[in-house]
Amino acid sequence: MAGTPRTWNDADVGTVTRKKPVPEGLWLRCDGCGSILFKRALENNLGVCPDCRHHFRIAAPERIAQLADPDSFVEFDADLTSEDPLSFVDIKPYTERLEGARRKTGTNEAVQCGTAFIKGRKVVMAVMDFRFLGGSMGSVVGEKIARAIEVAAEEDLTLIVVSASGGARMMESGLSLMQMAKTSAALARFDQMGGLYVSVLTDPTTGGVTASFAMLGDVILAEPKALIGFAGPRVIKNTIRQDLPDGFQRSEFLLEHGFVDRVVDRHDLRSEISSLIDYAGK
Amino acid sequence: MSTPETPAILPFETPVADLESQIRAMKEREDATEWVEQIRALEESREDVLRKLYAELSPADVVKVARHPGRPQTADYINNIFRDFRELHGDRRFGDDPAIITGFGRVGPFKVLVVGHQKGRTTEERIKCHFGCAHPEGYRKAIAKMKLAEKFGLPVVTLIDTPGAYPGMGPEERGQAEAIAVSMKEMSGLQTPIVSVVIGEGGSGGALGIGVADRVDMLEFAWYSVISPEGCAAILWKEANDTTNAQAASALALTAKHNLANGIIDGIVEEPTGGAHRNVAEASERLERHLVDRLREVTRLNPRTLVDRRYDKFRQMGTANPQAS
Repeated sequence: MAGTPRTWNDADVGTVTRKKPVPEGLWLRCDGCGSILFKRALENNLGVCPDCRHHFRIAAPERIAQLADPDSFVEFDADLTSEDPLSFVDIKPYTERLEGARRKTGTNEAVQCGTAFIKGRKVVMAVMDFRFLGGSMGSVVGEKIARAIEVAAEEDLTLIVVSASGGARMMESGLSLMQMAKTSAALARFDQMGGLYVSVLTDPTTGGVTASFAMLGDVILAEPKALIGFAGPRVIKNTIRQDLPDGFQRSEFLLEHGFVDRVVDRHDLRSEISSLIDYAGK
Repeated sequence: MSTPETPAILPFETPVADLESQIRAMKEREDATEWVEQIRALEESREDVLRKLYAELSPADVVKVARHPGRPQTADYINNIFRDFRELHGDRRFGDDPAIITGFGRVGPFKVLVVGHQKGRTTEERIKCHFGCAHPEGYRKAIAKMKLAEKFGLPVVTLIDTPGAYPGMGPEERGQAEAIAVSMKEMSGLQTPIVSVVIGEGGSGGALGIGVADRVDMLEFAWYSVISPEGCAAILWKEANDTTNAQAASALALTAKHNLANGIIDGIVEEPTGGAHRNVAEASERLERHLVDRLREVTRLNPRTLVDRRYDKFRQMGTANPQAS
């Protein structure tokens, strides 16, 4: 993804303008503080609101451009696509949803994997893209993550996975579910051989992704205020019939309860990761 | 924990219910001995009707059978199958989750560790067990006891029966996702045989959390899927009602046959005519025979080979274009 232009497409804008419409194009409203932000300025600030530090969701190409040394990312398995194994149709056929997601994102699936350098340290990187069917994990996402783990194992490289996902993809049902076992098993092997795995949790990371590779990092970093959990807040609310406290299932909540090592501002992510690689002696 | 004498009648079972009430009426007559022939004929046609009904259940009906209040649960199978059962409690971290039962038991010639979701039968039990929805401490207990089994070379049998892991505040605070992830990771490398059977509901990560096994099978009328049909309908159809739930149940390919065809399970354990809830003793006998067969298969292999094959088994699941190399 070397040289990917840092532009925000319509989908990104769509997620941040739901309160009051802001004129399309150059400006958008911050979800965190309501400030009207100049888009270009927000991009230059890595998608972080300069006023309130709200971390906007960013697409996989932007994330890679932010984390990797310039032009160092070499993608693999970019051509893997879903087969629609169950011929799944809800109110729309799965194939149509896939086609729409491909058009919207310009990528084939909800994760991009490859090798890259971070401050000169070679890593394997898997970056999820929430724009692609909510970053959901079907067979292809599971397969790509498993291959990324195996490449890291074969080449003795640090593994970085940046998660952004609503969970396992319903349209591949049991096959999606099994990707949780597949990726966790691959990580068990990587762990046994002494590999370093840094899991980066971003908004949102929920369901079967949290309950598999996202929670299995040697070190788990989270961006501020990211929604991280197993069950979605709405499901929990409907089950217990109570309002959920402020900050429930946010990064800081997980830090407090011992499930995240560090909450890291997006601007510091690169140096955090490179420092961890040094400590692990990789 | 006994099965109700007259199981609740499922909507598609009305023809059976009519026959059953006729049979009951005849048996209650003072001159019942005069009616033996007629009773036998009625019982035969009841079997016939049941066989036909259950041969072509829709996926939505399978879900209803899997949730039948009289369906045998882990505790029933433990009572009926495993001799000298010694329950082991607690995760040594936080508590003891009654939604997952663990303990040593004997089946056929094997000493094993049994792990299974428990839903509970009476209202009180069901509330205590959160209707079979485990908390993190359930998964942590399960994996702790499995490590014990590994240490002493005992095979593990897991019985899966959960609508899903419990969605609540406590479980999130105590790391529901982490508990399930760690359980799967540890199971994938456990150096002892693991045999799993989905006996009722196989709901999502909460099911798979104890399902990373060398052999995974399903009872004939169990379901296993990434999400419940209701959850799926609410999200993808934007509304869960009888129609959309049934559509989701079909789309999710959640029946034993579908899961076998998709390479997710290894086999199907047939249930007595009309479902396990109609004849718990026979269902237990069938499950016992199945478990002993599976245990014979897997205990032949040395642990290292088992772990390698278990890895390959799950590694191959899923489909992609171009085909995975």
